[in-house]
Amino acid sequence: MSATIADLGARLLALAERRLPALTRLRKAEALPIRLDRRRIYVLPTGFGISFAILLFVMLLGALNYKNNPALLLTCLFGAAGGASLFAGFRALNGLILKRVVAEECHAGTPLTVHLAFASETRSRSSLRIRVGQIESAFALPAGIDSDIALAIPTLQRGWLRAGRLRLSTDFPLGLFRIWSWLNPDVEFLVYPAIETPLPPLPEGSGRMDERALAGAGDELSGLREYRISDPPRLIAWKASARHDSLLVRDAERRGGDSLAFDYAMIGRLDHEARIRRLTAWVLAAEAAQQSYTLKLPDAEFGPGVGPTQRHACLRALALMPHA
Amino acid sequence: MRERIGQRPFELIALGVAATIATHASHLPLWLTFGAAGAISMRAWLRRRSAKPVPAWLRLPAAALLLFAVIEQFGTVFGREPGSVLGCGLLALKLLETEHARDARVAVGFAGFVLMSALLFEQSLAFTLGVSLILIVLLAALVALQPAPIETARPLRAELRLATRLLAAALPFAVLAFLLIPRLGSPLWGAPGRDMEARTGLSERMQPGAIGELLLDDTPAMRVSFDGVPPPPSQRYFRAIVLWDFDGATWTRERRDGFLRPESAQAAGAPLNYTITLEPTDRRWLPALDMPLAAPGGAHFGADRVLIADDLISQPREYRMRSATVYKLAPELTAKERERALALPDGFDPRSRAMALRWRNANDESGVIRSALDLFHASFTYSLDVPPLARDSVDDFLFSTRKGFCEHYASAFVVLMRAAGIPARVVTGYQGGWWNDSSGYLLVRNSDAHAWAEVWREGRGWVRVDPTAAVSPARIELGAAAANDASAWSQSVWLRALRNEFDFANGLWTRTIIRFDALRQKSMLTPFGVDSANQGDLLLAFSIALGVFLLAATLWAMRDVARTSDDALDLAWTRFARRLADAGVARKPGEGPLDFLSRARRALPASANALGELVQNYVALRYGAIEPAPERVRAFTRAVRNFRVSTRVS
Repeated sequence: MSATIADLGARLLALAERRLPALTRLRKAEALPIRLDRRRIYVLPTGFGISFAILLFVMLLGALNYKNNPALLLTCLFGAAGGASLFAGFRALNGLILKRVVAEECHAGTPLTVHLAFASETRSRSSLRIRVGQIESAFALPAGIDSDIALAIPTLQRGWLRAGRLRLSTDFPLGLFRIWSWLNPDVEFLVYPAIETPLPPLPEGSGRMDERALAGAGDELSGLREYRISDPPRLIAWKASARHDSLLVRDAERRGGDSLAFDYAMIGRLDHEARIRRLTAWVLAAEAAQQSYTLKLPDAEFGPGVGPTQRHACLRALALMPHA
Repeated sequence: MRERIGQRPFELIALGVAATIATHASHLPLWLTFGAAGAISMRAWLRRRSAKPVPAWLRLPAAALLLFAVIEQFGTVFGREPGSVLGCGLLALKLLETEHARDARVAVGFAGFVLMSALLFEQSLAFTLGVSLILIVLLAALVALQPAPIETARPLRAELRLATRLLAAALPFAVLAFLLIPRLGSPLWGAPGRDMEARTGLSERMQPGAIGELLLDDTPAMRVSFDGVPPPPSQRYFRAIVLWDFDGATWTRERRDGFLRPESAQAAGAPLNYTITLEPTDRRWLPALDMPLAAPGGAHFGADRVLIADDLISQPREYRMRSATVYKLAPELTAKERERALALPDGFDPRSRAMALRWRNANDESGVIRSALDLFHASFTYSLDVPPLARDSVDDFLFSTRKGFCEHYASAFVVLMRAAGIPARVVTGYQGGWWNDSSGYLLVRNSDAHAWAEVWREGRGWVRVDPTAAVSPARIELGAAAANDASAWSQSVWLRALRNEFDFANGLWTRTIIRFDALRQKSMLTPFGVDSANQGDLLLAFSIALGVFLLAATLWAMRDVARTSDDALDLAWTRFARRLADAGVARKPGEGPLDFLSRARRALPASANALGELVQNYVALRYGAIEPAPERVRAFTRAVRNFRVSTRVS
């Protein structure tokens, strides 16, 4: 029953968007920042709002029938306050700015946490609701500072994910009117492939590498290089740095004589997606162990190397592998 | 949506519901008052301790019990009293099951309805203000139901403040809507005002204090047009019913044996000719200006010279009348008449009777009358808000409550006169009315109903004495002055009445709000060139007002977005760009200030130097520091203001 209603609702919305250019226009993705103004804020009474109107009508009839002026005045006051709430609600959205949208790292199957940076310049706003798909969360914005609203979007598959349209709505302050606007920021999030669990054994030769790496560490300067901004602090060789008066880091690429090789073609007996999941798990395991590795995909090769750049390049390539 | 509402919103709603039911307390049966109070406090207490709402197997029988009890007590669930009892009971029951936002909103909406219905019982200014305060609580409860409020140290205060501001913002439009909403010509159901009582109007029974509500009923009773000049307000006494018999509580004219012969009336002075259009009363009495000289067709005089129609007046009735304002009625009194006009019930009001006897022993008849009027004048007040009187109603009124309206004064006065041996009787009718200048008729409302006395004096016959006038001369003036004339406010009579009898606000409230009606509504659009506004005119005016308010509200809602920036530097720069655009050099979107400058210099060579200075200045301010120094921004703003595009080619 409720599914039918939801379906009907979706079809009505689609119809409305075909007919109403203003709605259609906003379906296109738009560049950040997005500022809400009257041209894109919509208002309809809620179910409670409609019942309230009926109630007011009954009260009006009662007051008029009994020729009771104080009752009529109270009815007018009640109704006018309800009407005024429409404008208070409109003000809760009007002038609101969506400044940035940032996503956290995420693997397919786990929820993607998206951070929306809203700014409310002149006044605080409360009881706003943001909705993506079926997920809704309520928040308030203090005046003058950027607020970070985190939203978890479920992910099903790797690759680019569009957040899609976000519905920002409120029925502030009395619940009589639903005031809403659609936000369709032009941002895409990269969802990394899912990770195979439990961790499959690393390909042949991984054991030897650790010993080599340990042996190589005894040799001054071999396996060390100048510090670069992107290097994680734990790679800094503090003792060597102190001796040479400049920051040196252990260079993972040269740390082992040869590095791990994760080859898409070498994984047999698994389908396309399963191979990608395994490769992803290996990349993460190698990164965790700070071991140099090479990722070989059918049309590209990354590495050898280790570190954020290599990690990101590999995961990105895996995420964007063509779907079989 | 299906989440349980928080503790604070729930308690706010419980408070609103309890207060709403409390507004009905004066007429609710005790079992309901205590039942509702118990149910609400029980529920609030239980909710603090555990999460469970009251189960349906408890609520449904309670609702059935309520319905049964109401029918048992009133015989019906329709009408004002049973309806309000049922409403209050259901509201309390609704609170028992309120657990989610949806229920909560239904409860608040229903509470608003019940709150309004409380005003059907009591309309005073203080009561209405109290009801408005409860409305604030109800609105605040709706606000409290909103998710994710702004964090404040005092959330309750924030909600109440928001609700108050909403209500304050709503007030101007509410008042306008109140003035302009067309009133119903005739009620859609029931009788207006009270359903259990019969149609309002004068009754052949008068129990002082029992029908005070009649004086708040603003429906027209009759319209009177005079052939010549209308009589002054102090002579607009329309006599309808004479009440002879008092049983200690109620005045009636039921004993028929006293009417032996019709009283004769001799006119002195020029009679008045006039026409009365009487609204239906479902009774037989035809009011006529004191004192009618001849009965119209279809009616006859009663022995005490009241006019009695041959059949019930169930349709509006028009009759021509001729009356004398100076007259002599019944110069002789028979023994039976005298006996009846002196009769008092045994065992009632001993103190009053003793006082009257004392007066009689010390004075002649005129002195007694003067003593009574002086007593009223000295220490009594005119008020519609009167406590019920004790068994010895006159004693209670004269010696303890000392406030009341016409019925109290007429009743007490006649009892005093009779106790002093002066024949006296109560007369009810209408006094005053509103003179409609443009249409030339006198409108008499049910609220103009009045009661006065007639005493029989040797040689003068029955003489009208209005004891209420001694207490409140303004009552006599007010009836006439009501509504037709704004200058009445400044008249000293009114001010005196104000000081003595009404408090100012209450009078204002009664006159402007409670007594506002279709007739006054008609003349309201006169300043706009509509002399007698019909419903269409009113609706049009209402629509215009609605449009104006919506426009104003929209402008208010959008006001801070219309301004592009709060930054003074940006504002100055925008103004500069606009000025150049006027001169033909419009800044392209995305064009930097320096590119803009070079283009402007080429287009306006005469101003090249000034342009260069301004733009360089702007660039230094905008990009030279994170926060430009305010005094330099001000200097830049000044420079922009003084900048003029020079058209002279050098």
